[in-house]
Amino acid sequence: MASMLLNSLRNCPVCPAWAVQSAARSLSTTVQLQAQVQTKSKKTLARPNVKNIVLVEGVRTPFLLSGTTYSDLMPHDLARAALQGLLHRTAIPKDVVDYIIYGTVIQEVKTSNVAREAALGAGFSDKIPSHTVTMACISSNQAMTSAVGLIAAGQCDAVVAGGVEFMSDVPIRHSRKMRKTMLSLNKAKTLGQRLSLLGSIRLAHLSPELPAVAEFSTSETMGHSADRLAAAFGVSRVEQDEFALRSHSLAKKAQDAGLLQDVISFKVPGRDIVSQDNGIRPSSMEQMAKLKPAFIKPHGTVTAANSSFLTDGASAVLIMSEEKALAMGYKPKAYLRDFVYVSQDPKDQLLLGPTYGTPKVLERAGLTMSDIDVFEFHEAFAGQIMANLKAMDSDWFAQTYMGRKSKVGTPPMDKFNLWGGSLSLGHPFGATGCRLVTTVAHRLQKEGGQYGLVAACAAGGQGHAMVIEAYPK
Amino acid sequence: LLTKDRLRIGELCCQICLVTACCLLCPYLAGTHVNYEVKGDVAVVRINDPNSKVNTLSIQMQKELTDVMNEVWSNNAVQSAVLISTKPGCFIAGADINMIEGCKTAEEVTQLSQEGQNIFEKIEKSPKPIVAAINGSCLGAGLEFVIACQYRIATKSKKTVLGTPEVMLGLLPGAGGTQRLPKMVGLPSAFDMMLTGRNIRADKAKKMGLVHQLVDTLGPGLKSPEERTIEYLEEIAIECARGIVNKKIPLSKEKGMMQKLQDYIMSFEMVRNQIYKTVHGKVMKQSKGLYPAPLKIIECVKAGIEQGPIPGYLAESQNFGQLAKTTESHALIGLYHGQVTCKKNRFGAPQKEVKTLAILGAGLMGAGIAQVTVDKGVHTILKDTTVSGLARGEQQVFKGFNDKTKKRNITSFERDSILSNLTGQLDYSGFEKADMVIEAVFEDINIKHKVLKEIEAVIPPHCIFASNTSALPIKEIAAASKRPDKVIGMHYFSPVDKMQLLEIITTEQTSKDTTASAVAVGLKQGKVIIVVGDGPGFYTTRCLAPMLAEAVRVLQEGVDPKKLDALTTGFGFPVGAATLADEVGLDVAAHVAEDLGKAFGSRFGGGNVEVLKTMVDMGFKGRKSGKGCYVYQPGLKVRDVNPDIEEILEKYKMTPNPAVSSDSDVQYRLVSRFVNEAVLCLQEGILSSPVEGDIGAVFGLGFPPCLGGPFRFVDAFGADKLVEKMRRYEEVYGNQFTPCQLLLDHANDSSKKFHK
Repeated sequence: MASMLLNSLRNCPVCPAWAVQSAARSLSTTVQLQAQVQTKSKKTLARPNVKNIVLVEGVRTPFLLSGTTYSDLMPHDLARAALQGLLHRTAIPKDVVDYIIYGTVIQEVKTSNVAREAALGAGFSDKIPSHTVTMACISSNQAMTSAVGLIAAGQCDAVVAGGVEFMSDVPIRHSRKMRKTMLSLNKAKTLGQRLSLLGSIRLAHLSPELPAVAEFSTSETMGHSADRLAAAFGVSRVEQDEFALRSHSLAKKAQDAGLLQDVISFKVPGRDIVSQDNGIRPSSMEQMAKLKPAFIKPHGTVTAANSSFLTDGASAVLIMSEEKALAMGYKPKAYLRDFVYVSQDPKDQLLLGPTYGTPKVLERAGLTMSDIDVFEFHEAFAGQIMANLKAMDSDWFAQTYMGRKSKVGTPPMDKFNLWGGSLSLGHPFGATGCRLVTTVAHRLQKEGGQYGLVAACAAGGQGHAMVIEAYPK
Repeated sequence: LLTKDRLRIGELCCQICLVTACCLLCPYLAGTHVNYEVKGDVAVVRINDPNSKVNTLSIQMQKELTDVMNEVWSNNAVQSAVLISTKPGCFIAGADINMIEGCKTAEEVTQLSQEGQNIFEKIEKSPKPIVAAINGSCLGAGLEFVIACQYRIATKSKKTVLGTPEVMLGLLPGAGGTQRLPKMVGLPSAFDMMLTGRNIRADKAKKMGLVHQLVDTLGPGLKSPEERTIEYLEEIAIECARGIVNKKIPLSKEKGMMQKLQDYIMSFEMVRNQIYKTVHGKVMKQSKGLYPAPLKIIECVKAGIEQGPIPGYLAESQNFGQLAKTTESHALIGLYHGQVTCKKNRFGAPQKEVKTLAILGAGLMGAGIAQVTVDKGVHTILKDTTVSGLARGEQQVFKGFNDKTKKRNITSFERDSILSNLTGQLDYSGFEKADMVIEAVFEDINIKHKVLKEIEAVIPPHCIFASNTSALPIKEIAAASKRPDKVIGMHYFSPVDKMQLLEIITTEQTSKDTTASAVAVGLKQGKVIIVVGDGPGFYTTRCLAPMLAEAVRVLQEGVDPKKLDALTTGFGFPVGAATLADEVGLDVAAHVAEDLGKAFGSRFGGGNVEVLKTMVDMGFKGRKSGKGCYVYQPGLKVRDVNPDIEEILEKYKMTPNPAVSSDSDVQYRLVSRFVNEAVLCLQEGILSSPVEGDIGAVFGLGFPPCLGGPFRFVDAFGADKLVEKMRRYEEVYGNQFTPCQLLLDHANDSSKKFHK
């Protein structure tokens, strides 16, 4: 205890900020919630001989609609901002971190290891190795669980994990034929060879190749698949619009109430300071009903309003072994417990990751749905969420497709994505995972629950789920 | 029956009344094949033939449909209707063939056609819009039905195909198809559809204007994918029907520039006449005038467009009646039935399913067999002795699937995942897991024996050894085996991925389970299968050999290869005799001729085997060597007769006997030897039924489909007439034309027929 105090004294620069925050938090927490905390007496998920791994802090840049204030940046700039935010929040000495892992989906060719470029630019010691991972929309989940793995294996004690996505600019390539000509041009030795190569260029070769929006294996865009998925589970347009509206309303409420504490302010070079997500736009059912389907025309149900939008943003979390965190005087936010990755048919079950992941991770942790106090599911499309909820509520589906005896059940909506979700806050593919985990930690603290569940789907028909346990107060 | 149905309806209504008390609001008419349910103001008419895997427009179906539609029209609560099939994978696969076959006269068939026309005319003029919701095959009368409806929605399922295959049965679309289709998709596309009979996938149908809207297939949800897809299709069709009633969905689409231009051009009689002429010319060139149906189709379309609907529909129904009674149509329908029969495993289910299949020899045949196997979920091992041979074989398999990718039949991902099931190798590793080995090595009994022994040392006890030989008796191959009950012949035809036939050869020792397993594998590979007894040349090669021997004689008698080809194609063979020899390979032909000559003696004589041998010695092995009867140049379609063979033919020149050398006689000399040998195969028990004989000859050797195979040909032509011709040739050439006993029996008793 004494050493802890000492440590926190040593970390003086952050102390005021911490103090202010925790004060604010206790002010806004209702008495009722406090009472709830005390009545909870669930067991902890700590296991003998398994290291306790904790989330110390999690931050993110504001998530902005792509093409807005961030439009002139590069991906590593955003990642840098998140890392710097994390440094400020935690005041961790720049050489204490053992490793940095970032997740991203669409790579900027110049900074293919965006983790390294961002870390260097954020002022971390150049002695900290960094790598970048990719796993579609669960890239930063993969970054975090890789960090968990490194710590559990005893290789590291403190790892920064994060994710970044920058959709304002994406690499657009020359056509394959043009690229071939250009590469041959490099090797051409004589003027004659060069001229004949140049002469071989046709107008058609100049048409550019955009980054694929479609699933490679099936050539189907995700929106199209989501629409089919919604139809397969009989999810109506109204249900989807209602869910989207709920997401936006809850996000707005959370933003107004200052609950989104993971958001850091970011002075965008050449622009203003950005400190809020700009995609939260609660509309009305009437307005939403006017929109035409975006993918399957004319009878589809997925529209621009009930899908997540293209977003720029970055996130970062500090993950440590509990011992190390305590030794450094940190008060961890939560334990990162069991996690699973799942994968299934990328055509007809592309977005059912949560359905497959949830029962599996609960089983691993020895929990049931009713044990979970906080749910944070990634909202790719309102239709996808509704389809997952219906799948989780179906014995037939569980038996026929998942080889399970019975359904896992649906999360109660009063515990589900209460501070908005990807539909409203935005969904920078590579960065969403860290936002989900940090939100669960914050909500557990705020609402006084003990267990939280993160679940997400990803392109390729993959999925992820993780159980998070509140850190005792 | 009607009263019985009414009774049942009454019962049902009562039940509904008891349960929901909304009987008046939701009338529910239930037949066995067709029923309807009212959802709001839309009647959903559901069809499902409970007695069959597919829906056909049988008499029963038509009757119930008429009843239901009359109800729909008289029900004031109904504003529109949706027509849908609840059978997964099938909308309506066509008219009931048995119904047409059951008619005794052309007039009766014409009557049927007119009834169909009347029903569809009522549908077309329906005051309440009818939306056809199509999932699965929508063919023949099924297509004619939907094009009479006001609106068409189709699922993007691979099983959803639209088409008018009547021409393949020697018929024409006889329920308004020849009249409505040209108006809907334009003259050129309509001719293409009706004259080729090809299936059109949903996406293409949308582009052609054959359907208005497409619906995606769904994956698993709270119900099975098939069930939910049909439900989803129904939901969309209902919305659509309401949209049409509310005028939110227009029935006529604004015509594009191209369409307007095309219409303008088509408005000139001269242009249309030119089209009729071109199409007629093409049909004559391809069919040699041997198939009446395509010409009648052109006639009906022309009558409708140039003279108006009344003469058009009349021409359609009358021609339909006439066509149904032609021998060509009987032959083609016979083939259709035969094909269905030969797609069943009459030996029952094998004890063990073949999950790993090893193929020896990665040549054209071996690789071809691998190609048709690997995409059926069977782990396929392709073994060769040399790296270059293996590479060539694997490339052939890859190319086969890559071409499908280019045609968008499969995605590149599906291609890759299919090919992951293929293992190419030079050794016998993994053979211990093989359930079946098919050898496709060089046709030499010593090599076959060596291979068989090598394999039996490595394969598990249950593994079947199949030989893909075209002439070596299986008995002789099995002589080297430790377990002859597991040895069988599987004779594939080149190119394996295109030729539908598989000839399975059993010896007396082959066990029933071995046969069942071979047939099961063949069916999986998508083959039409005949199972024949063992003997030199089995069935197919044995029939072909005398015909080719005769062809060589004809060449020796001074008929040039082009003329020989023209005579054979003129009789209905898709490939001329000289070209066929080049395709098979002159070395193979020589080899087989010599082998079978030894086995069967002078009956297989005719042309001098030395002609073929000399050609092979000079390097003329047919298409594969670039020269045979013809000279083949890569990239050139036109080919010339190989000038060097004139010398050879000159050397072996025979003097033709003018009494048996007219064009017609030459044709019958070729065909009668083929047919006689086929009948002899049945007589000797090599064939177990005439059906298999017909299917084998048509699908394996290209026997004229319009004749329906050698046995149907004898039935139709008359055994006595054929024998008469053969006797005439026998006088000149001897025993090669001696009719076999079974053929003589049929000639002596005209009541004897191979097909009842």
